[in-house]
Amino acid sequence: MKTEKFQSPRVLEALLTGPGLIWLLVFFLLPTFNVLLISFRPSTLTGGIGEGWTLETFTQLRNPNYPLIVFRTLWVSAWITALCLLFSIPVAYCLARAPARWKTRLLLLIMVPFLTNFIIRVFAWKVILHPEGWVASAFIAVGWMEAGTQLLYNVHAVVLVSVYTYLPFSLLPVYAAAEKFDFTLLEAAMDLGCKRLEAFLKVFVPGISRGVWTATLLVLIPNLGAYVIPDIIGGHRSMMLGNIIARRLFSDRNLPHAAALSSLLTLLVLVPMVVVIFVRRRREAST
Amino acid sequence: MAFLEFQHIRKTFDGFPAVDDVSLEIRKGEIFSLLGPSGCGKTTLLRMCAGFERPTEGRIILNGKDITDLPPNQRKVNTIFQSYALFPHLTIFENIAFGLRVAKRSEAEIHDEVERMLKVMQLKGHERKKPHQISGGQKQRVAIARALVNKPEILLLDEPLAALDLKLRQRMLVELDAIHDEVGITFIMVTHDQTEAMGISDRIAVMNRGKIQQVGRPNEIYEAPTTSFVAAFIGDTNFFVGQVGPADHGDYCRLKIEGFDRVLCYNDKRLKPGQMAYVSVRPEKLRIHAERPEDDPRLNLIPGKVTDVIYEGGRTDYWVDGPGGYRISVTRAHQLFGLDEAPIEWNQAVWLSWHADDGYMLEQYREDDEELLRLPAAPEAGRLAELPDED
Repeated sequence: MKTEKFQSPRVLEALLTGPGLIWLLVFFLLPTFNVLLISFRPSTLTGGIGEGWTLETFTQLRNPNYPLIVFRTLWVSAWITALCLLFSIPVAYCLARAPARWKTRLLLLIMVPFLTNFIIRVFAWKVILHPEGWVASAFIAVGWMEAGTQLLYNVHAVVLVSVYTYLPFSLLPVYAAAEKFDFTLLEAAMDLGCKRLEAFLKVFVPGISRGVWTATLLVLIPNLGAYVIPDIIGGHRSMMLGNIIARRLFSDRNLPHAAALSSLLTLLVLVPMVVVIFVRRRREAST
Repeated sequence: MAFLEFQHIRKTFDGFPAVDDVSLEIRKGEIFSLLGPSGCGKTTLLRMCAGFERPTEGRIILNGKDITDLPPNQRKVNTIFQSYALFPHLTIFENIAFGLRVAKRSEAEIHDEVERMLKVMQLKGHERKKPHQISGGQKQRVAIARALVNKPEILLLDEPLAALDLKLRQRMLVELDAIHDEVGITFIMVTHDQTEAMGISDRIAVMNRGKIQQVGRPNEIYEAPTTSFVAAFIGDTNFFVGQVGPADHGDYCRLKIEGFDRVLCYNDKRLKPGQMAYVSVRPEKLRIHAERPEDDPRLNLIPGKVTDVIYEGGRTDYWVDGPGGYRISVTRAHQLFGLDEAPIEWNQAVWLSWHADDGYMLEQYREDDEELLRLPAAPEAGRLAELPDED
């Protein structure tokens, strides 16, 4: 074996990253590109992909319902992300400050429910929020809600269940950053005149910004393409982009149309990501 | 009058007393050091002064006002943290401006004050950098600027030089002293390094096991330690154990030390005959003689054999095996031209002497303090003997 080939770090680097890169190319980049290509094909009546090229699908995107759905997708995802962060940051703070022997136990307590199958957990919420479920009964009994009001099948229910589902995805990166945070900085801030909450906002939150950015991406991106939760919890009145794509694919059997919507979604996901990466680069360059 | 007063401060953590009935008075404008081994309670005391910890018992009075229960943000006291605790996400300018911004001062005022601090601390040109882009010494100056810009009544320094390397430490010590002269506010410094404390402080409190052992000027603490712990912790010393004998020459007494001929000691602690006592003799107070010196009633004299000679230019350190199995450290400063006299060499029989006034009689220290008090390790006789002769 020619060992001298491995002596160059570049060759070694290429050999080590190669398999992963090829995997991503074959199973991620090429299919994504393929989807983009399909969106320029005509559809056939039998649900297949026709010959030739057309811009027809993109004219179909001018559906008057779509702007609302795109807006709703963005808005709901933003809300879910914001709420996840709002819960994660204080929890991460408490976890990071907890005595060492408690940290693992508390983290486990947060993680254990998520060993249950995702679909089962979503269906469990359906039971909880059902008009005859205990939450509705309790609300009616206390007088917070009139009998017959639906808790399910609206955007709020989607937000609630999504926040519940994605909380660990935001908590973990925020906690990882909080764990590395130097808490004497909070003492320093208070020493310089800050009240507790002021020190928290001025020093702790910027101090864990890396974790917050990661959490933002980890929650925002999957929610932009969310399909299961809006479908089961949201019903047709709170449809999101993911549901429309599924409908075009399974009910209408219009592959090019679904592909065009998919490409639109990819763009929606790509934009926040590029913005975050760009902002981070700028920040790091300025330091 | 006391400017800052600790009154019977006690602080327990899980029932363990970290600070145990400490009363202290600190004067306005002085540099006061809390000195002691790690875990002696000095940092806890400082943190109570800053407001990060509440005393379990006792009061803290600043300028006549009880500040015991005030949160840190309401005290005119600022802290320099051991790690400096500069805010990594803010520039040097914003770090220094932090306290002023929290106090909602006007933009023009903030600008002027910070610029002035930058100038005083020689940080001009670094104001737009982030903390990780500047050196350790500069970080410390930023930390000091960030505290002083708020015009505190007291500046607390928690091991301010511990994070710096030796060269920088000496320079920063001089700089701290100069800053103190310029701003004239009270400094309270926590340190475990006696040279640091001795070099800069007006007064020092030596602490051990949550209690104050002695408070005094650096030279008082060095020359007249009140406990054997202080004697051993500050500088090096030789301890001889003996039984107090009858009084002699008025305030002096005889001390019976195994193997020693007779030892005369100044008994300022009024130890009673029959009591066991330590006598502490600093290495530089011992004189080493090649010939037996003339008898003098005030001079204590013991024979010995030199086991090690460490020549350091300005002085020579000797290790001498004395009677009773004592390994004695002797330091001799070379004030006269050193080549004219016959040098004292390894294995030579010598005499050691010290004046009765220079032996300090102290009560025995606790056995569990022994680890802290051990003299700098002398080379083991056995190990040396194993080495082959070079010549």
